Amino acid sequence: MKAIDTKMVRDLKHMRGQIIAIAFVIVAGVSVYVTMASVSDTLQTTLQSYYADYRFADGFASLRRAPQGLAERLQEVPGVNQVQTRVSAVVNLEIAGFDQPVSGQIVSIPEAGQPVLNRLFIREGRLVRHGREDEVVLNEVFAETHGLRLGDTLTAIISGRRRTLTVVGIALSPEFLYQVQPGMLFPDPERFGVLWMGHSALAAAYGMQGAFNDVSFTLAPGARLQAVIERLDLLLAPYGSQGAYGRQDQISHNLISEELNQLEIMAFMLPLIVLAVAAFLLNIVVRRQISLQREQIAVLKAFGYRDLAVALHYVKMVLVIALAGAALGTGLGVWMGRAMAELYLEFFHFPFLVYRLDWPVVLTAAALTGGASLTGAVLAAQRALRLPPAEAMRPAPPATYRPTIFERLGLQRLLDQPTRIILRNLERQWIKASLTVVGIASACAILVMGLFWGDVFEHIIQVQYGLAQRQDYTVTFAEPTSLSAIHELRSLPGVLYAEPLRSFPVRLKNGHRSYHTVIEGFPPDPYLRRVIDADLQPLSIPAEGLLLTQNLADILEVRPGEQLTVEVMEGRRYERRVPIVGLAEQFLGVGAYMSMEAANRLAGQGAAVSGAFLLIDERHEAELMRALQNRPAVASIVSRDRAIAAYMDTAAETLLVFTFILSLFAGVVALGVVYNSVRISLSERDRELASMRVLGFTRGEIAYILLGEMAVLVLVAIPLGFGMGAVLSAVSAESLQTEMFHFPVILRGGTFALAATVVLIAALLSALLVRRRLNRLDLVGVLKTRE
Amino acid sequence: MTDGSEAVFETRGLTKIYDMGEVQVHALRGIDLKLYRSELVVLLGASGSGKSTLVNILGGLDTATAGHVFYRGTDLTRAADRELTEYRRNYVGFVFQFYNLIPSLTALENVAIVTDIAKSPMKPMEALELVQLADRADHFPSQLSGGQQQRVAIARAIAKRPAVLLCDEPTGALDSKTGVVVLEALERVNRELGTTTVIITHNVVQGEMAERVIHLKDGQITETHHNEHKKKPGELTW
Ligand SMILES: Nc1ncnc2c1ncn2[C@@H]1O[C@H](COP(=O)(O)OP(=O)(O)O)[C@@H](O)[C@H]1O
Ligand SMILES: [Mg+2]
Repeated sequence: MKAIDTKMVRDLKHMRGQIIAIAFVIVAGVSVYVTMASVSDTLQTTLQSYYADYRFADGFASLRRAPQGLAERLQEVPGVNQVQTRVSAVVNLEIAGFDQPVSGQIVSIPEAGQPVLNRLFIREGRLVRHGREDEVVLNEVFAETHGLRLGDTLTAIISGRRRTLTVVGIALSPEFLYQVQPGMLFPDPERFGVLWMGHSALAAAYGMQGAFNDVSFTLAPGARLQAVIERLDLLLAPYGSQGAYGRQDQISHNLISEELNQLEIMAFMLPLIVLAVAAFLLNIVVRRQISLQREQIAVLKAFGYRDLAVALHYVKMVLVIALAGAALGTGLGVWMGRAMAELYLEFFHFPFLVYRLDWPVVLTAAALTGGASLTGAVLAAQRALRLPPAEAMRPAPPATYRPTIFERLGLQRLLDQPTRIILRNLERQWIKASLTVVGIASACAILVMGLFWGDVFEHIIQVQYGLAQRQDYTVTFAEPTSLSAIHELRSLPGVLYAEPLRSFPVRLKNGHRSYHTVIEGFPPDPYLRRVIDADLQPLSIPAEGLLLTQNLADILEVRPGEQLTVEVMEGRRYERRVPIVGLAEQFLGVGAYMSMEAANRLAGQGAAVSGAFLLIDERHEAELMRALQNRPAVASIVSRDRAIAAYMDTAAETLLVFTFILSLFAGVVALGVVYNSVRISLSERDRELASMRVLGFTRGEIAYILLGEMAVLVLVAIPLGFGMGAVLSAVSAESLQTEMFHFPVILRGGTFALAATVVLIAALLSALLVRRRLNRLDLVGVLKTRE
Repeated sequence: MTDGSEAVFETRGLTKIYDMGEVQVHALRGIDLKLYRSELVVLLGASGSGKSTLVNILGGLDTATAGHVFYRGTDLTRAADRELTEYRRNYVGFVFQFYNLIPSLTALENVAIVTDIAKSPMKPMEALELVQLADRADHFPSQLSGGQQQRVAIARAIAKRPAVLLCDEPTGALDSKTGVVVLEALERVNRELGTTTVIITHNVVQGEMAERVIHLKDGQITETHHNEHKKKPGELTW
């Protein structure tokens, strides 16, 4: 090995403490980036191949009843590729050992093998056999939640008759990655599941022989979804269809794709910040290390080493660290990515996983770390190389200091000698100081943002379920009924209060924009289900016109004072113009609200109710549930607590896990930045500090000089980090919001306090580490040789 | 050896001005000088008289403001940075007052760092033997005394078989006893390899070991003195 390479290896060994600290940060940055990016890629790819392999439909429609013959006409619609007709029904279920209300969606499958579209992945058991009316295949999540195995039975109320069904298969379907009860936003596998039954058995039970009430289709290559939907709607309308819709509006797909999109944004945006901070830190450290060697550079030059050779020496040195860190980080990232993807595999119930790590991801990581360290090395080497080699012949001139602004302002009497040293040093090396501040502040900002998401979900739940939806239960009826149903509900055991609700499906249209949703009608001053404004104050429901949630108004591009076309899709179809009279604040889902009277007038079926909000006495809850389940008019019963749990389990969990991991890495980064900064100061100034010790300063006093400087930087960095964190939180809330969900920017004092605490702990830890080195400062050795 | 047969260096009107913004420092004011092959010259002068500046220019570490330096007929004042690097790499050996060894390399490796890039160097061990430090080859600078470090620096300087050895106050940081050992090493190299050697000092006694002593004051040569009898370093005391 050439002597100059030996020097590189030895220098690296000598700086190992610091190199480990830097490597930590690089490994943290690269691995979190690779992990998140690969998980995101893996999930997207897996989802796509799952959809493709199991023929997930491109579009869907449900109707009342249509003759099978219609299927052929649907098939002939230009742009339609394949059509799958089915019978589908929502039923109440009884599961032994579980006394809460459970409902299920039974979907028909052919009895001679897999359906053409929306095929099942059989995890266990088999599909149903021909002519067996009692066989059923369960969705895996639902089966697992209730501990149902092959051969177990459950009871379904099908067309008013109790039927005992035997589980013959456990399956997964691309259509029901999430099983969401109609009218709900999130899945609750305890209360709602999907079951598959043989077509003839189900059709017979619902009088649908030779008919269907559900259709899915795929698009021919190049076909436009919207055009196809328009043509299909024309054919389907006479059969009570509420309109065809594409994958985007299919609830399982919508939820999962939004979730994966959020993950993707998070996976690239935030780890990239961690990585950038790591790269930036590497840059600083490299620059300092090289400037410490300026005299060695001068010697090499004096002996005839060419500039390029010297520069290359440092470039190599830096690349060794950066690439070793990047390689280790990538390895760790792949490992963590796989582990995390496995977790998600279980979470989402994918039948298989297509692990994917895209080269650009690895290259970006390597380029960022390599690039940052290289520019650091090159800039520093350039500066060192610009020094004439004669420098080596001269003792280094003392660095130029001057009185700080405090002293120039005449405040020097307030400052003792060590404090003056701290301030002068900060002022002289203000670039380095500000870079350090930015590094620490970034770590603090990431922490703030990580904690911010916890606050957001808490706030959303407080607003949504504490202010807006205060009912314990929401009951919906199978058909709109007369107001007397509410009085009946009020008389049930445990019902403290019941508030009527009138809702019906509509398509809201404004020019070429349209949105398929329901209009909900409330009493003028509702007590339980309230609509709130942006200031979180309850709105009273105006007698006329629609209140829209802000996000729905954005989708439709309407403002209060303008009019919308409402296509009523309950029973007979027709359109009306309705004015928008106000906007509501709602974080989860979209909503269109009216007074009950106006809603009934619009729906045109006289005074009717579609459901009720209940306030109950918990002591009678079980009794009430039984009573409700036995009422055939009741289609669904939804508990608020379950809704909250479903929300937290679905939407919140993925984000929270993610931000938690991110915060951990931010902690590592903070530690790395602080430790490295102090270590650099120490190596630059060990002579000065040793001289002070020789002059009789105590260990504590010199520690004060070195660490006091750090303390100043940390204290400046924390508020800056708060500011950056607030911006980062707002940006992430903005970029993660979807049509259905948006996030308020809620930053609580506790978040800032915790972020600051983590940074301070990281600073304290590094201070302790450096303090140990300071105590071992070799007084004689340091003074013996010239720098 | 001052027979005028072969001048290795010749300077004409060499001038160096450091421009410090408000003030200009005239470090050299028109130096005319010849150095001959295998000659041992001592440059004497008070601190600040311009000795280092002169030697740095001779060694291609620095460039003159005006005047000329010829190395074997080539004008160094016209040379570009790259040519100066080549010049240093092939012909010049330096010894610094503060040794400037690379702390992360052993004695032997500190020599190797120069032989690695030289055209026809001696073996690093050979160079260490010349300064009688072969037994310390594997020691790091921090494990060597000042005098030993300076001898390693000499070995490093001569290992490439330079045409000229430039030593800037090589004993400046050493006590007199150690200083003598270092001077002995330099004298031996000069004698055995015939390397033209320039030693800077402000110590008049050291002049007695040279063939020629050149006195510098305020950037000018005030006196040149030939020694009839060179003394051995061992005979010097200060
Ligand atoms: N890099 C420099 N910048 C400015 N002035 C310098 C520089 N190097 C040397 N000088 C000045 O040039 C003069 C000669 O310096 P030098 O050659 O180092 O003297 P010597 O080696 O004899 O002590 C001194 O006045 C010194 O202050
Ligand atoms: Mg000098």
